[in-house]
Amino acid sequence: MTAPETAAVATTAALALGDDALVLSHRLGEWAGHAPVLEEEVALANIALDLLGQARVLLSTVGDEDELAYLREERAFRNLQLVEQPNGDFAHTIARQLYFSTYQHLLYAELAAADGPFAGLAAKAVKEVAYHRDHAEQWTLRLGDGTETGHERMQRACTALWRFTGEMFQRVDGLDVDPAGMETAWLESVRAVLHRATLTVPEGPRTGAWPAGAGRQGVHTESFGRMLAEMQHLHRSHPGASW
Amino acid sequence: MVTTTTALESELLEIAGSVPDPELPVLTLQELGVLRAVHVRGADSVEVELTPTYTGCPAIEAMSLDIERVLHAHGMRDVTVRTVLRPAWSTDDITAEGRRKLRAFGIAPPREQEASGPVSVSLGPTRTLEPLHCPHCGSTDTELLSRFSSTACKALRRCLSCREPFDHFKEL
Repeated sequence: MTAPETAAVATTAALALGDDALVLSHRLGEWAGHAPVLEEEVALANIALDLLGQARVLLSTVGDEDELAYLREERAFRNLQLVEQPNGDFAHTIARQLYFSTYQHLLYAELAAADGPFAGLAAKAVKEVAYHRDHAEQWTLRLGDGTETGHERMQRACTALWRFTGEMFQRVDGLDVDPAGMETAWLESVRAVLHRATLTVPEGPRTGAWPAGAGRQGVHTESFGRMLAEMQHLHRSHPGASW
Repeated sequence: MVTTTTALESELLEIAGSVPDPELPVLTLQELGVLRAVHVRGADSVEVELTPTYTGCPAIEAMSLDIERVLHAHGMRDVTVRTVLRPAWSTDDITAEGRRKLRAFGIAPPREQEASGPVSVSLGPTRTLEPLHCPHCGSTDTELLSRFSSTACKALRRCLSCREPFDHFKEL
């Protein structure tokens, strides 16, 4: 592969991972002032901060981080549709966290072990994400194996988000990982957590039916445009503004 | 690659290392273990390598500015602080003195992980580390209130003996 081609695939991968981290960070930040208890508000904000740090490192390898975050149109974002899904109730947020943090933990562990362009960040972030995954797993157990309402809401959330989980295991150019192996490990882990939480493992399809693709191809769900409008509004209204 | 550290570099490393951490001012950057190297590039030009605790830790910017300030004051005209990610920082990089100061400040220090390997995730008890001690009364009878406390690097716990809540600097 020639040098410019190598750079191009590294860019594709950095955008995919950077956008996942950025968009989920923003979604989690939306809980500020709304979380059910103060401890969770702080926890979700801290997880968001970890993700924002990862996004900054990744996007800075592609270009100017602010321009990429605030001035790109919806179709230019390469994040998974899973991470852009609205927070919903607390159970929805936890189900999204469970699905994504399990994937991200497996992904960073593989990238950290390989000697590719993401090894440095991955070795660092894998330790942070281990705590995100633990947080999501413990909450899944508590809600699933808790009250009737908690169980019912957690089940509804896990089922609703199931169709966004297949996209995580598409091959991404420039990522030296084994998607099929990761998918097997992911399914095994998530199934074990859901079983222990007395929840039923959803059965429906794990990908959408759009032939145009999904988030990695720049095809997003309806709520993403509204999220971007809010995220980008200040920067677009006051270009170059600073504190 | 063989790198040698000059007397001037050692001196500048010590000065930069004496800067207090902006979030936990009881610790210096040297005790926190985030200062990796100082390279003198010219008569009054120096490059400092700093590593973040967490990738998203906002304190890194304040640390960089503080390092620039003390080195400027020491006669260095041109100071560049570079952020390095490899090798990843670990709580094992906090010095023994740093741990002692954290405990005295009311924060349970992170436990040594060297023997237990990287952070692992599993349901139930996750790691076999030595028990955690309450920084106030020393009891090991404590409970977790929240995995994330005032900052991402800390968890909030409560001592069941003296009933005091306390922060625990999580192992990373």
